[in-house]
Amino acid sequence: MQVDPIHQFEIKDLWRIGSLAGHQIAFTNSALYMFIIVGAVSALLIGATAPRAVVPGRLQSIAEMSYEFVADTLRSSAGAEGMKFFPFVFTLFMFVLFANLIGLIPYSFTVTSQLIITVTLSLLVFFIVVGYGFWRNGLHFLNLFVPKGVPKIILPGIVVIEVLSFLSRPVSHSVRLFANMLAGHITLQVFAGFIIMLAGAGILGWFGAALPFIMVVLLTALELLVAFLQAYVFAILTCIYLNDAIHPGH
Amino acid sequence: MSDARENGDRNKQQANEAALSARLQRLKEGLGQARNAARSPESPGADRAATASGYAKGFRLSSELVAGVVVGAGIGWLIDRWLAISPWGLIVFLLLGFAAGVLNVMRSAGLVAGTALDESTRQSRDR
Repeated sequence: MQVDPIHQFEIKDLWRIGSLAGHQIAFTNSALYMFIIVGAVSALLIGATAPRAVVPGRLQSIAEMSYEFVADTLRSSAGAEGMKFFPFVFTLFMFVLFANLIGLIPYSFTVTSQLIITVTLSLLVFFIVVGYGFWRNGLHFLNLFVPKGVPKIILPGIVVIEVLSFLSRPVSHSVRLFANMLAGHITLQVFAGFIIMLAGAGILGWFGAALPFIMVVLLTALELLVAFLQAYVFAILTCIYLNDAIHPGH
Repeated sequence: MSDARENGDRNKQQANEAALSARLQRLKEGLGQARNAARSPESPGADRAATASGYAKGFRLSSELVAGVVVGAGIGWLIDRWLAISPWGLIVFLLLGFAAGVLNVMRSAGLVAGTALDESTRQSRDR
């Protein structure tokens, strides 16, 4: 029996909406899961904070903890002024976190394992940083590329390297999340495939299948950790980049 | 008589305001302490978080390097296409991209002044 580890990332059209400029526009399983994610986040946060209890219940303390967590992260890396970006960072964090967590449910689809999604998110961050940086600091924003205390002779080379370093941010920002989710899910699927293959090999295989089974259990725990970690890393990098837009010229 | 009462009112108001600002000050201090306590590395679970962040850091550093090289190569390739000076754009920008990648890695490891280090120094100054 063959198991195809890539099959889980396939985009399927659920229903066709029409075509735009020669491209098929369809409601895909990816879009469906994005709606599910947004619905789940909204339901959690709106439902949990509806009681407005002074002493929070279980759900409400989840909502309050996620708020505190993101607010602390943002405040410590972008300063108090960064708090005006709180809605943006919080939305990004919750979206990525729920995408990762919902993707861990067997047979579900992982939105963040699609490169186009993570690239879109990181380009959004990139353009907000560039736009807000120029809007707030004017041309002083370009000081970001001119480090202080560098001899004049090598300055042009340094500036080019700094610009390249800045341009490489959305690449590493998006690829990190995408590659983590993709690799994790492929590993899970491959080990789960070993179970099926070994179990099909007879009574001895049943004992052999216990090994990859233990592995899958452990990997699932690791993936749960990675799901949280990558959402956190995505959020904290967003904060660090926003900090550059607010305080350039270090 | 009305003057006296007005004065008394004003005094009471001032006293109220002073009490209020004192309470606000105390609240602020309490909040600051709570925040610092939450930030201190001695909090439980720091050990597990350290292992996890080690994994994340390793992945982060490698992707930073690759991103620099890829962006450098991409820009070099585009310049080659636009200016028809192949292969010089690719050669120069691949090397510059490699330098940018190394800079990214050093910066996110906190070895060189930049975003990551600035953040930590500012934090300690704030504290």
